[in-house]
Amino acid sequence: MDYFLQQLINGITLGAIYGLIAIGYTMVYGIIGMINFAHGEIYMIGAFVSLIGFLLMGALGISYVPLALFLVLLMAMLFTAIYGWAIERIAYRPLRGSFRLAPLISAIGMSILLQNYVQVAQGARVKPLQPIIHGGFELTNGGDYHVTLSYLQIIIVALTVTLMAGFTFIITRTPLGRAQRATEQDMTMASLLGVNVDRIISTTFIIGASLAAVAGLMVTLYYGVIDFYIGFIAGMKAFTAAVLGGIGSLPGAILGGLLIGLIEAFWSGYFSIEYKDVAAFSILVMVLIFRPTGLLGKPEIEKV
Amino acid sequence: MAALPALPPSALAAMLKDSLAAAVVAALLAAPLLGLRLVDSAQGLSLATRFPWIAYAAAAVFCGRLALSLAGASLGRRLKSRPQTTLPLTKKPSNTRKIIGWVLIVVALVLPWLPFADRNLVDKATLLLIYVMLGWGLNIVVGLAGLLDLGYVAFYAVGAYSYAILSQTFGLSFWICLPFAGAAAATFGMVLGFPVLRLRGDYLAIVTLGFGEIVRVILLNWADFTGGPGGISGIARPSFFGLPFKAAAGPGETTFADFFGLTFSPLHRIVFLYYLILALALATNLFTLRIRRLPIGRAWEALREDETACRSLGINPTKTKLSAFAIGAMFAGFAGSFFATRQGFISPESFSFIESAIILAIVVLGGMGSQIGVVLAAVLLCGLPEWFRDLQQYRMLAFGGAMVLIMLWRPRGLLASRDPTIRLPALPDAAP
Amino acid sequence: MTRPPLLAVEHLTMRFGGLFAVNDLSFTAYQNEITAIIGPNGAGKTTVFNCLTGFYKPSVGRLTLSRPDGRSHLLERMDGFRICKDAGVARTFQNIRLFSGMSVLENLIVAQHNRLMQASVYSIAGLFGMARYRNAEAEAVELARYWLNKIGLTAQADWAAGALPYGSQRRLEIARAMCTRPAMLCLDEPAAGLNPRESQELNDLLLDIRREHGIGVLLIEHDMSVVMQISDHVVVLDHGAKICEGRPADVRADPAVIRAYLGPPDDEDLPPDIAADLDSGEAA
Repeated sequence: MDYFLQQLINGITLGAIYGLIAIGYTMVYGIIGMINFAHGEIYMIGAFVSLIGFLLMGALGISYVPLALFLVLLMAMLFTAIYGWAIERIAYRPLRGSFRLAPLISAIGMSILLQNYVQVAQGARVKPLQPIIHGGFELTNGGDYHVTLSYLQIIIVALTVTLMAGFTFIITRTPLGRAQRATEQDMTMASLLGVNVDRIISTTFIIGASLAAVAGLMVTLYYGVIDFYIGFIAGMKAFTAAVLGGIGSLPGAILGGLLIGLIEAFWSGYFSIEYKDVAAFSILVMVLIFRPTGLLGKPEIEKV
Repeated sequence: MAALPALPPSALAAMLKDSLAAAVVAALLAAPLLGLRLVDSAQGLSLATRFPWIAYAAAAVFCGRLALSLAGASLGRRLKSRPQTTLPLTKKPSNTRKIIGWVLIVVALVLPWLPFADRNLVDKATLLLIYVMLGWGLNIVVGLAGLLDLGYVAFYAVGAYSYAILSQTFGLSFWICLPFAGAAAATFGMVLGFPVLRLRGDYLAIVTLGFGEIVRVILLNWADFTGGPGGISGIARPSFFGLPFKAAAGPGETTFADFFGLTFSPLHRIVFLYYLILALALATNLFTLRIRRLPIGRAWEALREDETACRSLGINPTKTKLSAFAIGAMFAGFAGSFFATRQGFISPESFSFIESAIILAIVVLGGMGSQIGVVLAAVLLCGLPEWFRDLQQYRMLAFGGAMVLIMLWRPRGLLASRDPTIRLPALPDAAP
Repeated sequence: MTRPPLLAVEHLTMRFGGLFAVNDLSFTAYQNEITAIIGPNGAGKTTVFNCLTGFYKPSVGRLTLSRPDGRSHLLERMDGFRICKDAGVARTFQNIRLFSGMSVLENLIVAQHNRLMQASVYSIAGLFGMARYRNAEAEAVELARYWLNKIGLTAQADWAAGALPYGSQRRLEIARAMCTRPAMLCLDEPAAGLNPRESQELNDLLLDIRREHGIGVLLIEHDMSVVMQISDHVVVLDHGAKICEGRPADVRADPAVIRAYLGPPDDEDLPPDIAADLDSGEAA
């Protein structure tokens, strides 16, 4: 029972991280109908910038943890957002009118470019980080197995929930969100009504990138080690989460993320750790075959 | 060289402002990852500064952007114009292409006999031909049928591993194992394809990518069957239809060298392998050229153009897509067997997503559907990096960048135009 | 005179959530006749087509196609592509769906895919260049040539289909549908965007098709000159239901049809006291 509880806690934490990345995929897909293949790399860049940020804090002598955390968060979100914006401007916007596969191939190229850019710029070895946030609660009831709920895990989930609430508010209550939803539904009509479609799309990318940066920061703290390849695997799983939850749906992305996180935690906890990635990919295949619209998505009717 | 058009100062000012803005963005992008560097040391990580790099990046972007804007009339306008959405159709049968094709074939045939040809060159050419064959195979799936397969490497792996396991367990020769490996890959293709082929382009891409990864992970972990990370080694080397390429003959066998009265040289096997892959690749090419003119080939291209219209004409989209997938997989399987027998050893490392990406890049860069384009792209993407070995670490970086640039500049590939598969024959008694 | 039925639509209903796009529609289209389905926008005409041709699964209803050779098919149960392949129903689209990157001739050859596939025995006969396939291909080219002559595009046979002018593209789409040797041809607004001369050419083409090929034609159309000139039978829909059916002249004069297109007469729906005022005013 204790073991189960621990896996549950781990799964929810992991799920929050995947959910944040998944939001980026789902928002971009919702608005321009393409899979941003390079989004995983954005998350990876977020992780690297966070790591550099922490070292910078150390070098600058800022040792008060909450302040350092806040500054690194800002720094990661800012720089990653610029990357997200730049990628859209360079690799996707010019291809908006082109045939279906062009933006996807461009995205794949971008993904490879970014991976290797970081590899060349920062070296191919894994980068470890000393744990910054220590401690947590022990939740055991006297069994052999100690169930811990660390402060970090609480922070991760709390931050995710806050961000989620914040962005849902933005999407549903603000003019920006309205414009975004209008562009999602009918880009031509929205632009005819005076919505600056280019800016809305850029904003979508920026929001997605910022959230991915937060995920990157959390992963850096949580696992303590990152490398330039984490974007690929996490990207696949986050995309699976987005599809599982229903592509285009914000709550769906979080729900999907949670499910994927839980499945991964329980799979590696109870079955085998080697095949945990396979579990995620297989879920993707299953979902796309049996329920392509996902759990919370709307069915698409083909217009003839 | 055309003279630069005289620019009004306001236009120049606008260009400078725009380039400056781009440079600022570049500086911001470069600041965290180029300006600062993580340094590994015994005490853990620390930071080193590399601020000049930020300046270099900004300067490079500034100059590049300005140059692009100044190139102005033709280039700039072309970049902003809508990329063409349909392939141009050639009006008359293209003779240039045919001539180039034959020249390439002749060069390929005589390559090992050229004066400057050494073992290294033939080896590299063999590697290049593997990619060309894989490119031609994927061309059937992506170029003709328009199915974006990001997991093509899985079929390559199935072919290689089937061959390895068959040849080791049953001791069968290459020529017998080859069709089995192709059949295994084709079957795999059908099993994989059947549930997913009704998915739309983007989704299909991701799912096939997932499959590729699943296959790799299974190969890595199912050690009993596949040898795990160590792979399978000691795969039988190829023989010349029964004559082994050995220095000394074992009991009761004649070596290739003895049979033809030549002094043994390791070059014999290398050259044989080269002609083997050349034959396989040319077979793939010939098959593709023929199948385009058959109903199934046309159906593939029609499916790529408009699936709804195909359904309304009575074409079964699922069966048609499945056949493209399976046939493409079969050729990957053949290539995989060749790879296994050439190396003598295979491991899951050779079958990662990057290989799929490279093969896809070859097809896309060359021009989807263009056979010669694939050759050209393979030479550019695989040949050139071999010559620039010392810049190895920048190879993948340039590769990714090239993919993006090609999509921006020529989304349809370098040699993008389509030869119609059938032309209306003139009536024998047609009036002039 | 008994008219052999071609398509019997019985109680066709298509529901999208709470919206009834088509509500209990029944009519019959006959062989050797041109049947037009007309009605104001939003009446459900294209929905009917989509149900007939397999793009939607009807919520309720039976669609029976009876071929001249006696075979009949239930369209509502068939897979999309089988409706053309087995039942012989070919269609064109409101927004032209040609294979723009392929040549005009190729478009017509692709339409004959199933025949050619049979002749090539899963491409094996084709790969080896066997006579069986070569003959079948030559036959296919001849059929294509016949239609190219009919629609006047012989000189453009090797052009990219997307390069043709709009009117030619529409005609090509019809020719392509005819190359599938259908039992019934469904045309979705074939005259849309055509000028009067082109509409006349379209009429001639359709009359020719009906006369020489003995198939039934079902068409959705807004252009009354086309409908009135060539249809043998007209079905009028409004808000998903049939409001009239009959010969063109009869339908044109039907008050329900006029009401659907033009709205109610001006003096209807007036409050009774004002209507009485008007009446007394007129009488006085």
